[in-house]
Amino acid sequence: MSRAKRGGPRSKTLIGLWLAAPYAVYLVIVYAVPIIQGIRISVLDYVYAAPGASVPQPFVGLKNYREAWSDPLLRRAFLNIGEFLVINVPLTVILGMALGAVLAKLARMKAFFRSSFFVPYVVPSIAVIGIWYFLFSQSGLVNHVLGGHAPNPSWLVNSKLAMIVIALEVTWKQLGFYVLLYLAGVLLIPDSLYEAASIDGAGAIRQFRAITVPALRNITILVTTLALIVGANLFTEPYLLTGGGGPNGATMSPALLIYQDGVEQGKPGVGAAIGILLTLFVLLVAGLGAGARRLARNREERA
Amino acid sequence: MRNGNGSAGRVLRRLANYGFVTLGALASIFPLYYMVVGSFQLKADSAFSGLIPKAGNVGLQNYRDVDKAISLLPSLANSAVFTLGTVVLTIVIGLPAGYALARLRFPGKPAVAGMLILVLVLPFQVMMIPLYILVVRDYGLADSYLGMILPFAVNATAVLIFRQFFVSLPDELFDAAHIDGAGEVRTLLLVAAPLTKPAILTASVITFIGPWNEFLWPFLITKKHAMQPLAVSLGEYVSTNAATAANPYGVILAGACVLAVPVIALFLVAQRHFTSAALGSGVKE
Repeated sequence: MSRAKRGGPRSKTLIGLWLAAPYAVYLVIVYAVPIIQGIRISVLDYVYAAPGASVPQPFVGLKNYREAWSDPLLRRAFLNIGEFLVINVPLTVILGMALGAVLAKLARMKAFFRSSFFVPYVVPSIAVIGIWYFLFSQSGLVNHVLGGHAPNPSWLVNSKLAMIVIALEVTWKQLGFYVLLYLAGVLLIPDSLYEAASIDGAGAIRQFRAITVPALRNITILVTTLALIVGANLFTEPYLLTGGGGPNGATMSPALLIYQDGVEQGKPGVGAAIGILLTLFVLLVAGLGAGARRLARNREERA
Repeated sequence: MRNGNGSAGRVLRRLANYGFVTLGALASIFPLYYMVVGSFQLKADSAFSGLIPKAGNVGLQNYRDVDKAISLLPSLANSAVFTLGTVVLTIVIGLPAGYALARLRFPGKPAVAGMLILVLVLPFQVMMIPLYILVVRDYGLADSYLGMILPFAVNATAVLIFRQFFVSLPDELFDAAHIDGAGEVRTLLLVAAPLTKPAILTASVITFIGPWNEFLWPFLITKKHAMQPLAVSLGEYVSTNAATAANPYGVILAGACVLAVPVIALFLVAQRHFTSAALGSGVKE
């Protein structure tokens, strides 16, 4: 903060204001206003009206929330996201960390492998859905390879398997981004730590568990948080890959319900309420994660 | 595998490392290879042998069909306007903001910094309904590029990358410019901006991916087919008309290739500069 002393402090302040103002205005218009508006709409009997027409929008308290929550599909949608995360998060953390750590050790072709892992991340979801649709259809390659072991009903129309396919698809698509985050973290770990461990006779696996994993703790927190947000945003895959959250709601997601209730069925109050519930869900899961970490750290310190 | 085990152990370990990353690379690339192969199949061939193109079953028919169904060129043009508009706005608005957040003090700075983090962790779909009402009903921006761009206009990750980049530049650089009597704006333009190329490149690629790949938001606010970006027209085709095509898989995969190739190409061109260090600096906190 010693920087403030340099130059003309007042002119510097003014310039900072000028440079940051457009972004601040943008944040207010595109984020602050809609967030407040979303909370407002969720407690109103809001109706889409023709532009210019004024219609009464009475305050209805928690009615929209009750209506949203009484829909068994919504509870199903949150459970589905839970299932998605249970598959996606461990796979992401384990594979991301392992690939990032090994990548850091490679002497040759590091750039080639790094780019290969990252390419799926830049491919549009719609394109990935097209590929998965082809791979996992009734007569798709996966069933061809499985032959008599192919599941019946097939993957995308099987209420037990459809969510698993979506979770694997999204994990595949996102993994490269997380590998890069882990790689950046591994490169920050000083070599001397590994050298010391090596002199103590620790093998590769022990070094990984005793040095790499703890050093990457902050990256892991970031990765799990980002994965949680991706899960909460899940829309395109259930909308297109499994035909609108099917079969029988097995892949319904909260974001898809916001669209169905709030836009298709013209009940913005209910859609906005689901949005708030989804935010609370994210905060709750993130909070549980933070609590669990604190508990684990306390136990570690006592031990 | 103890340290004292000598070079045999080291060679084994190196082999295991390369084996592991090779498996990972194959798993990453294979579905994309299959997308290309499938897009050229005249009749869908999902047998194992179909992995290698067969002479009699290769052609451009799927590309003709998808073009007939959703007019590729106008859709691509819409995607380009939507995406480039977002990238330009992110640089024009986000770069100065990142500089101010990194090196200047101004009233409201903690609020802007806090809001930036909030934006990064807020599930976007939460704002779907209020943003839809605001943009379509209040601002009257349905079926317009501005309406599409608005929620994406300044990519928060890009702002964070800019901020971290300016934080990482040495103080001496700025001191020298100040001693020479350069004001903050000239310092930004003459000293900092020329050094920001890697940050701009990384931020541009990250920003580009967002709108180019986005389905939900432009789908919500475009009713006219003539305004839809390719991701939306292809997505609508998948959900409604695909079943009527002779080879629906091939047609969808042809559309997928047209959609995926520009963004993959951009990444491959930029990837030499797109280091994890640049990305990592944006998320180190």
